[in-house]
Amino acid sequence: MAVQEALKIPAQERTTEKEDVVLSVRNLCKSFGKNIVLNDFALTLHAGENIVVLGKSGSGKSVLIKCIIGLLKPEKGEIKVLGKDILELDREELDKVRAKVGFLFQSNALYDSMTVRENLEFPLRRHWIKVSHQKMDELVKEALEDVGLAHTINMMPAELSGGMRKRIALARTLILKPEIILYDEPTTGLDPITGKGIIELMVEIQKKYHSSSIIISHDMNCVKTASDRVIMLIDGRCYAEGTYEELIKMTDPKIKEFFE
Amino acid sequence: MALPVKTAQFLEETGNIARFTGRFFTQWFRPRYEVAEFFRQCYIIGYRSLPLIGLTGFIMGLVLTMQLRPSLVEYGVESQLPAMVAISIVREIGPVITALIFAGKVGSSIGAELGSMKVTEQIDAMEVSGTNPFKYLVVTRVLAATLMLPILIMLSDAISLYGSYLGVNIRGIVSFRLFWTQVFDNLSFSDVLPAFIKSFFFGFAVGIVGTFKGYHSSKGTEGVGRSANSAVVVSSILIFVIDLIAVQITDLFGFN
Ligand SMILES: Nc1ncnc2c1ncn2[C@@H]1O[C@H](COP(=O)(O)OP(=O)(O)OP(=O)(O)O)[C@@H](O)[C@H]1O
Ligand SMILES: [Mg+2]
Repeated sequence: MAVQEALKIPAQERTTEKEDVVLSVRNLCKSFGKNIVLNDFALTLHAGENIVVLGKSGSGKSVLIKCIIGLLKPEKGEIKVLGKDILELDREELDKVRAKVGFLFQSNALYDSMTVRENLEFPLRRHWIKVSHQKMDELVKEALEDVGLAHTINMMPAELSGGMRKRIALARTLILKPEIILYDEPTTGLDPITGKGIIELMVEIQKKYHSSSIIISHDMNCVKTASDRVIMLIDGRCYAEGTYEELIKMTDPKIKEFFE
Repeated sequence: MALPVKTAQFLEETGNIARFTGRFFTQWFRPRYEVAEFFRQCYIIGYRSLPLIGLTGFIMGLVLTMQLRPSLVEYGVESQLPAMVAISIVREIGPVITALIFAGKVGSSIGAELGSMKVTEQIDAMEVSGTNPFKYLVVTRVLAATLMLPILIMLSDAISLYGSYLGVNIRGIVSFRLFWTQVFDNLSFSDVLPAFIKSFFFGFAVGIVGTFKGYHSSKGTEGVGRSANSAVVVSSILIFVIDLIAVQITDLFGFN
């Protein structure tokens, strides 16, 4: 993989820690003023695994993955990503970890002053990745083809529809071939057919690049098709955990609510 | 003793701006330098403001000349018209008016741009893409505004004086050469230097306030509008405050 080579990551370092845990969160506490959002949350992600985090709106799902990527500082807890403790790293080391972790924003967060091509080139350029012009072009085209939007390369984000924007944002997330991908509601606000397309895409990409991912979603379709394991985030902690089939059989009313 | 709400808000805001400025000073000289983005901002902030600054400068010079003439005629010192205009434009009117127009154009656009980037999480997206958004967005814009405004002010002064030359020649005839001789004979170093120095501070104030308001924009489109608006209001007030301080300092050093 050209990108990983350019980042100078030796192949054996790609999987870290015993039992190939790529990401672990322990005792995570985060509050805003008096609003306690996460309270002693824990999670472990293994290599090649897809976890879906389920939770009501406002339960702190976005806050959780923003803590993982270092956008928010939790009050307490330990977050290990690819063997590195996120809360202890300085900016340079943090950037190195972030180059290996993809993040899909709930609001897409496309740069609206840049074309689609510049949007996709941005992470490549900024992570000091030395690739030739030609190679960069290839990577951009490949990422766009993955999401089936090769023809939009010179358009501005404002000219795209909501679903197309989501797919461009996905392409931008995937262009660095991340080892871990954090998806924040990849299908929300899309029609069921487009949503299904995105889910299939996520599964396909996971197979193609052997990445692991945390997916935040309310979409039962997504939970069913994409998840290896489901984590219920209720009251700021991991309320229940299991495969889709296991959870659907549970009788706890708080869990049942989600699967009706 | 509890402070009134408005006062507390004002003090808090002032403290936040001070902290933001402090952050600028601890970051601007450290690598990595965003050179390409800095030049792009110089182009946008400086070059794109030229037509507006030029037009207003020209009108300012012309109008000022026509307004001053009657009083000078009354005292029989009409021949001093070019000198009068040159001194008032270079020392005061040029820098302040240009800075205010700059605040209206550049301050508001920086506030709105960064504000909308903030609320749509684009700043967070930069952060996770290996970029220090403070350096990439704030430092480049503040430096560009600080360096471009003095240049714009010099250009505006020059264009104003051309306007003034036209104004002088509407009634009565003064040759081009005589006009400029009179202008430069009456301008001294102590007229130009303080005005030049304060224009850097004007530019810095516009840059810092605009980026601060945008960077700390509250959520929602309303927040974006509010940051653009208050960027203009606050930087305009700051320009007058800096002007006030500058005149005291020049007075102290006997530059008058
Ligand atoms: N920057 C912030 N400042 C203050 N409070 C915040 C901030 N971000 C999130 N919150 C609060 O944290 C809580 C959880 O927000 P979060 O965005 O994580 O919800 P969510 O689970 O992602 O919901 P949704 O499904 O609607 O996206 C909310 O109560 C919200 O008010
Ligand atoms: Mg969310």
